[in-house]
Amino acid sequence: MGAGDQAIHQRTLTGLAKGLATGEFSSREVTEALLGRIDAHQGTLNAFITITAEQALVQADMADKARAAGAAGPLNGLPIVHKDLFCTRGVLTTCGSRILDNFVSPYDAAVVERLAAAGAVMLGKTNMDEFAMGSSNETSFFGPVTNPWNVRLSPGGSSGGSAAAVAARVVPAATGTDTGGSIRQPAALTGTTGIKPTYGRVSRFGMVAFASSLDQAGVITRSAEDAALLLGVMAGHDKRDSTSVDHPVPDYVAGLQKPVDGLRIGIVRQHFDEGLDAGCAASVRAALQGLKEAGAVLIDVDLPNIGLSVPTYYVVAPAECSSNLSRFDGVRFGHRAKDPQDLLDLYCRSRGEGFGAEVKRRVMTGTYVLSAGYYDAYYLKAQKVRQLISQDFRNAFAHVDVIAGPTAPTTAFAIGEKTDDPITMYLNDIYTIGANLAGLPGISVPCGFADGLPVGLQLVGPHFAEDVLLACAHQYQQLTDWHQRAPEDFA
Amino acid sequence: MNGRWEVVIGLEIHAQLATASKIFSGASTAYGAEANTQACLIDLGYPGVLPVLNAEVVRMAARFGLAVNASVAPRSVFARKNYFYPDLPKGYQISQYELPIVSSGELYIRDDDGNERRIGITRAHLEEDAGKSVHEGFDSSSGIDLNRAGTPLLEIVSEPDLRSAKEAVAYMRKIHSIVRYLEISDGNMQEGSFRCDANVSVRPIGQTELGTRAEIKNLNSFRFVEKAINFEIARQIELIEDGGEVVQETRLYDSGKDETRSMRSKEEANDYRYFPDPDLLPVELDDEFIAAVRKTLPELPDAKRARFIAEYALKDSDAEILTVSRALADFFEDVARKTSASSQLAANWVIGDLSALLNKDGLDIQDSAISAAGLAGLLERIADDTISGKIAKEVFEAMWAGEGSADEIIAARGLKQITDSAAIESIVAAVIAANPEQVAEYRGGKEKLFGFFVGKVMQETRGKANPGQVNQILKAKLK
Repeated sequence: MGAGDQAIHQRTLTGLAKGLATGEFSSREVTEALLGRIDAHQGTLNAFITITAEQALVQADMADKARAAGAAGPLNGLPIVHKDLFCTRGVLTTCGSRILDNFVSPYDAAVVERLAAAGAVMLGKTNMDEFAMGSSNETSFFGPVTNPWNVRLSPGGSSGGSAAAVAARVVPAATGTDTGGSIRQPAALTGTTGIKPTYGRVSRFGMVAFASSLDQAGVITRSAEDAALLLGVMAGHDKRDSTSVDHPVPDYVAGLQKPVDGLRIGIVRQHFDEGLDAGCAASVRAALQGLKEAGAVLIDVDLPNIGLSVPTYYVVAPAECSSNLSRFDGVRFGHRAKDPQDLLDLYCRSRGEGFGAEVKRRVMTGTYVLSAGYYDAYYLKAQKVRQLISQDFRNAFAHVDVIAGPTAPTTAFAIGEKTDDPITMYLNDIYTIGANLAGLPGISVPCGFADGLPVGLQLVGPHFAEDVLLACAHQYQQLTDWHQRAPEDFA
Repeated sequence: MNGRWEVVIGLEIHAQLATASKIFSGASTAYGAEANTQACLIDLGYPGVLPVLNAEVVRMAARFGLAVNASVAPRSVFARKNYFYPDLPKGYQISQYELPIVSSGELYIRDDDGNERRIGITRAHLEEDAGKSVHEGFDSSSGIDLNRAGTPLLEIVSEPDLRSAKEAVAYMRKIHSIVRYLEISDGNMQEGSFRCDANVSVRPIGQTELGTRAEIKNLNSFRFVEKAINFEIARQIELIEDGGEVVQETRLYDSGKDETRSMRSKEEANDYRYFPDPDLLPVELDDEFIAAVRKTLPELPDAKRARFIAEYALKDSDAEILTVSRALADFFEDVARKTSASSQLAANWVIGDLSALLNKDGLDIQDSAISAAGLAGLLERIADDTISGKIAKEVFEAMWAGEGSADEIIAARGLKQITDSAAIESIVAAVIAANPEQVAEYRGGKEKLFGFFVGKVMQETRGKANPGQVNQILKAKLK
């Protein structure tokens, strides 16, 4: 089926760009069509916290004018939605939390700014686990998001709203953030493509911090090609973020044509152990076989300390979050408890009422591991293990160009299934966390189905190898059509 | 003074660095603006904002480190000090903890007996200031002014090497002098740009183990430092001698009542949960940077004092006074170089008459109504005997009032000294002739009447006669 036969909502970002360029439709038409689709499915999916229809139409008209004037930016008139963790000027920015349920940001995040400057039209803000803490989108104050493949199931998290919206063909692309797998895991569970760039590749300015040394902004799309298009705009040095790296941004779209022939793909033995669902394992193995047939070389690699990544992460991330979330104190913005008796009461009740259970669990864990007498045993030790894990990856990348394996141990799970068992929930990120600890780029691409649910293939590369990951993913998507499969009710 | 007790004091001095913008944001650091008008989103700790280090503070800290013979760390790390307070917007203060930018320095002070004593500087680290709570004008609540939040501070921590309140003040003055020489802090204590916490303990003389200390917070004048420490020493000694025990705690000095009182005990102290700030990269300084900073160091107070003694043959105490402030020292040196009068005379005028008028009008040396060249011009007329020292004071006051240069005033007022011996001799003769009784008494042995004759001569000449010649001629004629 050629792009010309597709309805607006069925098109990828690249497909829409072509239609806009040829004058097949205007940005206003695209925006109106997708706003209608957002409305139609919001009740079922709950993918959005805020829908910015009015503002979107203004932006769309501006984009159409810019195009008519010959001043179209690289994303001119293309729709985008932002995870509600990105600050958006004049628009509610909640982070999925009651504590920010009234917070209208006075400024735009760097990511929002760059995409808008390139001409993108923001349609709304997506639902997410509270402060990105969760793997199922169930910790959101605004209620869980459902998985378009089966609305009784979770879309994963924390970028669950972004993933569900893209999978349901409500929007072609959404931003996300990934601290331990929050882009890649929901992408895997919803049959979408999700990339977490190298730590420092995309500015964190205006992206509300969960765990500063792990957080990274990325995108969820329906193809690697679309991800390349967006990342090219989002990536680059920002002097407002001291951890953003001044490293040249390659032309990711142009780089997609690089064949996989000769690409050395590392297979990690530990990634195929008993924790991995058999159906997922079969899909991932088949995908690897496909890449091999296309000329890639599969090489076994060892990451001896990768098994320690979940416990390491659950020391480092809560430690940083306990400090990052201190600013939500009811004093200057956000939720404030009514009629506080005194200062302590103001703090305790504002935070007690404003934060949900998972956030509280992590703030307490983080406070504990940083406490006098426990710092060395937990935080410092975790940082040492983190170094070992990074070293493991460095050693592996001396022999291979990318590491491939499953993104998540299972397909989508039922809403409510794991909420009472945080450890099981945490283990959902067992394959993705390593990349965050080592600051490496990772991408998840759809690679098949198990029991009718999407399975994700994860590719992890060395620092700043986004071009390699995107090219490999794109070449794989030229060989397969998993990424084009739409959930029945949302085709 | 304290009998069998030895006093042990360590100071933590907070010097506000004189940058135009804050340590982690572009907001202005200017003092005195309307509340919350100089706090940007970064200072307010808004969701999603990130700190970016002001490179100037690093250069300033390095200057300080080199000035006190300390090591400037090739790698230092910012850490978060976590605690909740309304004037601390992020819920943590960005400071340096395990790896400060400056460590192991020293300086020299005079102890109570005037002997030179080395005081160790444990470390100096960079950090951001908090905002402040405002209670005036609010009924049942408090206001918060975050203008000061994010102002750069250098916290300078001494070794517990100080042995009296006076030594503590001498040390604090020395640091004050150094940071102003380096132009890294304006040292303005009224505005809180320079303040300190004092850790005070006592122990029986001869005991090596330190006594339990109390920390007196936020002392913002040299006088308060001395009084607070002295109060605290007396309190601790009395407590122990009465069979009590000093408890480790934080105390506040109440200058109205001249006493310290408990603020919070060790048990109530926060666990600050320091950890490296993941939003900031470690500060890495190479040898080249350090060498470049070293090249920009000015001559420091001690070196300048020694040079003033050697080069200008000044009294030690005068050299000390002149070198407390770089501007004063520069002024003196400018005067000394522009005049052929003795440098000690220049020093006397700068320390004496000029400083007195500056103090009277509450002015800094930079705002002096008389320039160095102007003062040198006056000294020149003393040196060449155009005017006497006494007349010089009159000229000086006229200069201060803006009547012109020394020469202009001397000419306008006809103050040129009479040095013509014949003229003086005739006046002396007239005075002797007019006062026969006193002459007889003087010649009869009442020598203190000599002053009377000098006074008469000066009266006749309206003070313009050269005093040396008057004395000489009078002595000869009265024989």
